[in-house]
Amino acid sequence: MPMRKVMKANEAAAWAAKLAKPKVIAAFPITPSTLVPEKISEFVADGELDAEFIKVESEHSAISACVGASAAGVRTFTATASQGLALMHEILFIAAGMRLPIVIAVGNRALSAPINIWNDWQDTISERDTGWLQFYAENNQEALDLILIAFKVAEDERVLLPAMVGFDAFILTHTVEPVEIPDQELVDEFLGEYEPKHAYLDPTRPITQGTLAFPAHYMEARYTVWQANENARKVIDEVFEEFEKRFGRKYQKIEEYRTDDAEIIFVTMGSLAGTLKEYIDHLREKGIKAGAAKLTVYRPFPIEEVRELAKKAKVLALLEKNVTFSVGGALFQDFSRALINESEKPKIVDFILGLGGRDVTFKDLDEALAIAQKALNGEEFNEVNWIGLRKELL
Amino acid sequence: MAVRKPPVTTREYWAPGHAACAGCGCATALRLATKAFSEAMEEKYGDPNAFAIAQATGCMEVVSAVFPYTAWKAPWVHVAFENAAAVASGVEAAWKKLGRKGKILAIGGDGGTADIGMQALSGMLERWHNVVYLMYDNEAYMNTGIQRSSSTPYGAWTTTSPPGKLSIGEDKPKKWVALIAAAHQIPYVATASIGNPFDFVKKMKKAAKVDGPAFVQVQCTCPTGWKSPLEKGVEIARLAIETGVWPLFEIENGDFHNIKIQSPGGGAKVKREGGRVVAIEFKKPIEEYLKLQGRFKHLFKQPEAIDVMREQIKAMWKVLGVDVTLPKPEE
Ligand SMILES: Cc1ncc(C[n+]2csc(CCOP(=O)(O)OP(=O)(O)O)c2C)c(N)n1
Ligand code: SF4
Repeated sequence: MPMRKVMKANEAAAWAAKLAKPKVIAAFPITPSTLVPEKISEFVADGELDAEFIKVESEHSAISACVGASAAGVRTFTATASQGLALMHEILFIAAGMRLPIVIAVGNRALSAPINIWNDWQDTISERDTGWLQFYAENNQEALDLILIAFKVAEDERVLLPAMVGFDAFILTHTVEPVEIPDQELVDEFLGEYEPKHAYLDPTRPITQGTLAFPAHYMEARYTVWQANENARKVIDEVFEEFEKRFGRKYQKIEEYRTDDAEIIFVTMGSLAGTLKEYIDHLREKGIKAGAAKLTVYRPFPIEEVRELAKKAKVLALLEKNVTFSVGGALFQDFSRALINESEKPKIVDFILGLGGRDVTFKDLDEALAIAQKALNGEEFNEVNWIGLRKELL
Repeated sequence: MAVRKPPVTTREYWAPGHAACAGCGCATALRLATKAFSEAMEEKYGDPNAFAIAQATGCMEVVSAVFPYTAWKAPWVHVAFENAAAVASGVEAAWKKLGRKGKILAIGGDGGTADIGMQALSGMLERWHNVVYLMYDNEAYMNTGIQRSSSTPYGAWTTTSPPGKLSIGEDKPKKWVALIAAAHQIPYVATASIGNPFDFVKKMKKAAKVDGPAFVQVQCTCPTGWKSPLEKGVEIARLAIETGVWPLFEIENGDFHNIKIQSPGGGAKVKREGGRVVAIEFKKPIEEYLKLQGRFKHLFKQPEAIDVMREQIKAMWKVLGVDVTLPKPEE
């Protein structure tokens, strides 16, 4: 029988790690993710998780040790956020290039300067080109589920890519919610043992990993990472389906809410989706035809699903907690890419909001709605809008 | 007729066909190191192949693993420049979980060890991973074209420590990484040289056999970066020992009161007290070592710089607890 416990997303992530039974975990504390390695330490100390936990001296070494362990052929896990993830940056490329299915739990936090420990997505968004798969959780249950899903997708032989699962700093990492902890046997059946054919450091069959490639081979190697990302689209759908069958919870790359007759569809990720759904209910009560869509999967970018979504709306209003300088937000770029050659497409309006833990309120969303409505009515509108700025401070 | 056993196994793990420069002393060091490792594994686990290698970016990585070729006959992984020790930590942890017997060898150049990889090295040693870290010390960043490292000796020319009107070349004394490693109080720390290959092999075997972390710093010549004759690598390395430039020692369990200093040879007079080396009177002047290398050529126009070097070498030996006298060349 699955157990229900009230817990923070950080604990949910640690539980997911426990259920996935990684053989090596290497982690370094950083707010808001510190509780993840702490909780895992407890599991290890109590003999509930039979893993080597390497208490490294930095995130750079955390990810490096994970690469070493994964190259030696075992399942590995780590957790970090913000500056910690940024310190891993160099090695994230290498993990993907070496096709090592490491999983990282990330408590999405803003990047310095100024130093700020609260939520936005700039940390993981900044790693979008590393080749890693990216999932974003709306709540603590999703944090747990998506980590299990991430392992399953990452280790699929058609994929073999590392994956990160983001959940918003404090909004989720430190907020308690009831979470269903699946049965260990069911998780064991779902994930199985990790037995890689491509990566091992075994003296009985020595191989060389992490070579140098001249121009004659580098592009092809990079292309295989591209291909693996493409393959992941289908694998993710399959794994979502299997997860639903086994555990009863349904996941989709893009989850829609009241979009059927919507003229304006707001799109977002992470915990903001919860607020947004409530806001949509509030708009519907006022007779405004608005809907919401949540990206659960950000890399690979769900291009087909975005195109389907776009067919339903006259305006797509993107709510994003990150900045891609001179462009707007990263989602704006991604949505533009998905829709650029479509013959019929909605207007896209981009909203940057909630950076560094700034609350996103209905008032902010009203501000965004007003601009989206201008676009809907064919009036002039700003493509990129910073919402909730305190103008008196500027 | 009795056939003499070769001094070290004929098994090869660093195979011919790598792309190191002709006369590369570091390639020699790696070949010997892996042979020694193999012997130690055979003696300890009954399996000569019971090891894996994690290596840092640098000359020895770049020349040995060019896709689709490899010079490695052992399981080998390279990840980045600064993290061989951290990668080795991960490999070791994985092997522990897999129940695989054997030892991990981490390899880094002086740049990847003394500079950018220092933190990862310290972490690995302090966490007590069952890893031997081999620092091959060619005294500069060779892979990127001979830039100074913190292990570059005083006075040496490199592309980022060029002698000039205001410069005599590298202006800082060499950083002694072996002593930093020993400060972690790990079971075994040693310096070695390709100028004394038997000693190097012996130390690598010892390092490989201890339980816990070990660190070996081997000086190896680089004819390209040192501007030295291709065929004189071993001779130059031996002169480094015989002139006092390169001390050979072992430190076990961080016991600085019991540093085991090897006799340098070359006619040096060694004075012992209670079995401990307390003074060495070197016979060969350091100039004999310097003059074979283009990287020190400019110093001969400024002999006072060579005197500075002498003072630094004395100070370094003092840290090891040894009083040395370093002769000047006869006029
Ligand atoms: C983070 C990072 N900075 C710089 C480099 C470029 N780089 C590669 S190898 C190297 C120098 C290696 O020097 P050393 O460790 O002494 O080894 P050697 O090449 O002398 O064998 C440098 C600077 C890199 N690969 N990664
Ligand atoms: S540059 Fe020096 S260290 Fe590098 S391969 Fe050539 S000789 Fe060896």
